[in-house]
Amino acid sequence: MKPPRFRYCSPESLEEALAVLGEFGDEAKPLAGGQSLIPMLNMRLARPSVLVDLNRIPALAGIERTDRFLRIGAMTRHRAVERSESVARAQPLLAEAIGYVGHLPIRTRGTVGGSIAHADPAAELPGVLLALDGTVELQSRRGHRTVPARDFFVDLLTTSADPDELVIAVRFPVLPPRSGTAWLEVARRHGDYALVGVGAVVTLAEDRRTIRDARLCFIGVGNTPVRATGAEAALRGQPAAADTWRSAAEAVRNELDPASDIHASAQYRRSVAGVLTERALALAVQRAQEGTAG
Amino acid sequence: MNTIATERRVIRVVVNGSPYEREVEARLLLSDFLRHELGLTGTHVGCEHGVCGACTVLLDGEPVRSCLMFAVQADGHEIETVEGLAPNEAELHPLQRAFWEKHGLQCGYCTPGMLMVLKAFLAENPDPSEEEIREAISGNLCRCTGYQNIVEAARYAAQLLRQR
Repeated sequence: MKPPRFRYCSPESLEEALAVLGEFGDEAKPLAGGQSLIPMLNMRLARPSVLVDLNRIPALAGIERTDRFLRIGAMTRHRAVERSESVARAQPLLAEAIGYVGHLPIRTRGTVGGSIAHADPAAELPGVLLALDGTVELQSRRGHRTVPARDFFVDLLTTSADPDELVIAVRFPVLPPRSGTAWLEVARRHGDYALVGVGAVVTLAEDRRTIRDARLCFIGVGNTPVRATGAEAALRGQPAAADTWRSAAEAVRNELDPASDIHASAQYRRSVAGVLTERALALAVQRAQEGTAG
Repeated sequence: MNTIATERRVIRVVVNGSPYEREVEARLLLSDFLRHELGLTGTHVGCEHGVCGACTVLLDGEPVRSCLMFAVQADGHEIETVEGLAPNEAELHPLQRAFWEKHGLQCGYCTPGMLMVLKAFLAENPDPSEEEIREAISGNLCRCTGYQNIVEAARYAAQLLRQR
């Protein structure tokens, strides 16, 4: 038996779960899919005294489309997102990135809310949410609030949610017309954590040849997912052409400040980020022009 | 009742068609429950942190890592392990037959996990490409075969299953 001792409860409603979290505060830890938390317990990196299992709260799972966003319940499995036609139609960046999350048996169990709350800087879903300027819905006994992704991911595995607050849903905004997206990453093997990953979101002007708005979000290059805001600003108003992608790649290489670790050096990560920037922008624009994604 | 935090729980599960009831510690991993409580040692334990895939079982028909779940979470659910594959003592499941005939194993440590993930995968994709098979088993490590014969066996198993 590897994990340390803990007390376990499995509430069947959100209210019950919030009551337990409110009672135990930071001694309690919500258990979503467990695909990161249980390894941390097995390695005794996490030692909560109470585990609040969310797997018996059906109301926390589901995918809902509104005019402005796709709302995905926190306990929606990665596999359900992968299989969802409404995700494929309304949110192509999420649809493309979800297949990179772990491996099949991890996605069977892993959840959207769990990935967001865990805030691993090399994980796909926080990067997708930040690329899309999405929001996180938090609830506690004290009330409900929505937090923009840029304010949610604070540091390594750290979010702005309070200990008694639960991520109950994540909102992925729907893109404006003439938009295209691309998710690309480099990993040692498919399904491994990305050395570098990028999500590109491009909206074209009415001429379909000029960039109205571009967003570039990177994973694996910092303590949180990182937006290349300098490169983004420089892209606005530029022609959709190979020279533009090359300048953007150069800007990204100068702007990012990745760290070296056993998986890759900072220099390598910076170089890969530039290459992926060029490819992702070209692909996103091609999709925007074809009207196939966005 | 379920909102009261406890260190132990009574659980009821159906494993390979047979019902079981046990009182377990909440921290008991599903993999250890299957092996130590039920004696089903066909489910192998490798890394115990979700990397190697050796402990993969089916939970309500879907592949999961049994080392990344607590036994208490399986309460009320159905589990299938490698022991549940063969229809009887004399006959192998088509997947097992394919692994045997195509030499899809050497030491056999990764085999139960490979078989279980492939069972779920082939049920959804009866005629997969080699690339799809490789992606399906990308979360299962094998240190002997170089994967070549595992992929071969998966293709052959798909063919056998389609003929049934």
